[in-house]
Amino acid sequence: MAASDPTNPQATTGGAATGGTDPARTGGTKPRGETVLRVENVVKHFPITQGVVFKRQIGAVKAVDGVSFELNRGETLGIVGESGCGKSTLAKLLMRLETPTAGRAMLEGRDMFKLSGGELRRMRRNVQMVMQDPYTSLNPRMTVGDIIGEPFDIHPDAAPRGARRQRVQELLDLVGLNPEHINRYPHQFSGGQRQRIGIARALALKPEIIVCDEPVSALDVSIQAQVINLLESLQDELGLSYIFIAHDLSVVRHIADRVAVMYLGKIVEIGTEDEIYERPTHPYTQALLSAVPVPDPKARAQREIIRLVGDVPSPANPPSGCRFRTRCWKAQDICATTEPQLVLRAVEPHPSACHFAELKQHVVA
Amino acid sequence: MNERSGPNGRTSPQGVAVDDGHLLEVRDLFVEFHTRDGSAKVINGVSYHLDAGETLAVLGESGSGKSVTAQAIMGILDMPPAVIPSGQILYRGTDLLTLPEDERRKVRGKQISMIFQDALSALNPVFPVGWQIGEMLRLREGMSRADAKRRAIELMELVKIPAARQRIGDYPHQFSGGMRQRVMIAMSLALDPAVLIADEPTTALDVTVQAQIMDLLGELRRDLNMAMILITHDLGVVADVADRIAVMYAGRIIEHADVHSLYEAPAHPYTKGLLESIPRLDHKGQRLTTIRGLPPNLMRIPSGCPFHPRCPYARQECVDVVPTVRSLGNDRTSACHFAQEVLDGRI
Repeated sequence: MAASDPTNPQATTGGAATGGTDPARTGGTKPRGETVLRVENVVKHFPITQGVVFKRQIGAVKAVDGVSFELNRGETLGIVGESGCGKSTLAKLLMRLETPTAGRAMLEGRDMFKLSGGELRRMRRNVQMVMQDPYTSLNPRMTVGDIIGEPFDIHPDAAPRGARRQRVQELLDLVGLNPEHINRYPHQFSGGQRQRIGIARALALKPEIIVCDEPVSALDVSIQAQVINLLESLQDELGLSYIFIAHDLSVVRHIADRVAVMYLGKIVEIGTEDEIYERPTHPYTQALLSAVPVPDPKARAQREIIRLVGDVPSPANPPSGCRFRTRCWKAQDICATTEPQLVLRAVEPHPSACHFAELKQHVVA
Repeated sequence: MNERSGPNGRTSPQGVAVDDGHLLEVRDLFVEFHTRDGSAKVINGVSYHLDAGETLAVLGESGSGKSVTAQAIMGILDMPPAVIPSGQILYRGTDLLTLPEDERRKVRGKQISMIFQDALSALNPVFPVGWQIGEMLRLREGMSRADAKRRAIELMELVKIPAARQRIGDYPHQFSGGMRQRVMIAMSLALDPAVLIADEPTTALDVTVQAQIMDLLGELRRDLNMAMILITHDLGVVADVADRIAVMYAGRIIEHADVHSLYEAPAHPYTKGLLESIPRLDHKGQRLTTIRGLPPNLMRIPSGCPFHPRCPYARQECVDVVPTVRSLGNDRTSACHFAQEVLDGRI
């Protein structure tokens, strides 16, 4: 995966600008395009054990099985896939909430999987997370001020004691909430407002990277758009990089600059938003895109939906060779014996892990 | 199908409905929930109808009352706290709300049945699925165990569960999400109902599985000539399968139209806002238009038009006067003072 971010030509200016100091910093001046995170061959296997006293491992759920990508400054990398494809495990690995079985993740020239203690804590300031469910991810017994200010207890140097309240109010203002509501409790807010609280909490330590795990899927349609717009304007303002994990392909198309499609623990195709949505070459991506209902009844007749048969196989026992072959209409003998690598294919200048990668017209109606 | 302008719109354009009006008709239904904190007016005068063989989509966000209306039709509302102060639910001309419970039970499942969103919590985890499908047949049809089992296998084959005969003894947790939803569908079809209410049947599923389930539902609806009420918040799913669509907001139907006209030109600012605010797969990202504000608190529904605090076109009239349901011809209605202007794009 070459760093192929054509989105911004000013990639080389500036260099190591640290996390923004003030929300009022104007957008667009941050040097974009430079790689902030490089993930190499990350693997996470969860052991399956048998026995009560003498546990022995009888297998492993291969949740994430060799994932590599790069994240550039100021860009949004969308990660899509069906449930069980490992996208949330990947998010947890990047947050160091799970320990990877193998692999590296280079952040500021250091492998974040190797850090511990104080170094790990400092690294964590740079990578924050917005969770899916705004109802369970906020402690109901804490006020909004305490929730958003809690990161300052762990990182006291981020905001001096006296200035914390003011800083929290700035954050509330930044995410579009009334700063006077600092003493309210989560139940006094609606779902969309709660998600804003979660975003404010993620922003408290001025991170460079925010991992968003399904940040809008629990919200109503009319509220989704508000939160998506907020995430976008915060990105412009603060030069944030997002890893945006979602199962809703329309939302990802809207927000992402680049998109990685995952299937059973592996990335099967990665490219710019245009490459993935307009010119996908992997059959799984094509099937996934064709299955998304388009809000236009006129497209009903023209839409050619690729019907996948069956369910996603168990990640404890993935198929040999290409993992998608059991549901793929193109599968041949080679697919069972040789695993296709995620490399550039002749047909298209973006990586695709399929022996028979080819363009297909009109995948999206 | 002329929406309630006259006392009874008895025309049946598709000619398939029973002679006397519609297969199912909800008339001016009100539902309140009495709680300690006051009463929440959840349904405020909902009317819709359904004819044999058609699919009506009821679209709305959480709290709009779309599921409560369905639960009122099924007679599975918890009363109390729910109260139905007024309204009628006519099934083949009989008002279900006036029926005694044992009569009502004969309708439930056999005439009108329902599939729920979350199949995992709707199924009983400690019984095999085949037993659960057969339960209804044994209790309601008085079938013997062996017959019920045979029929359960048939039903599982009908909803395309592979190796039905082998899987009949499996428990819900042994099935994937899509397969569990198929089991739910099999159960809802067991008594051969005329109306199927699908409450967010695919919300918990992945897109590829969603496509399979929506296909299956469409196929079964055609083959068994059922009428379907599809309750959803997903504008994409609606566009794919529905004939007509009723948009709900704050316990009212604020717009009703056939699906093509509605997507072509919405006649209510809320519908317009919804259509503009969804990110689309077939369009590149640009800033989304949003509907400002929040859905209303049902304890304190705004005066006048309930949508006025969020409506970009709201005027004084909207604050003062509750808009009546306006007919726009072609079986279209909109509950907006300026429906015609919105429809023509003049507003």
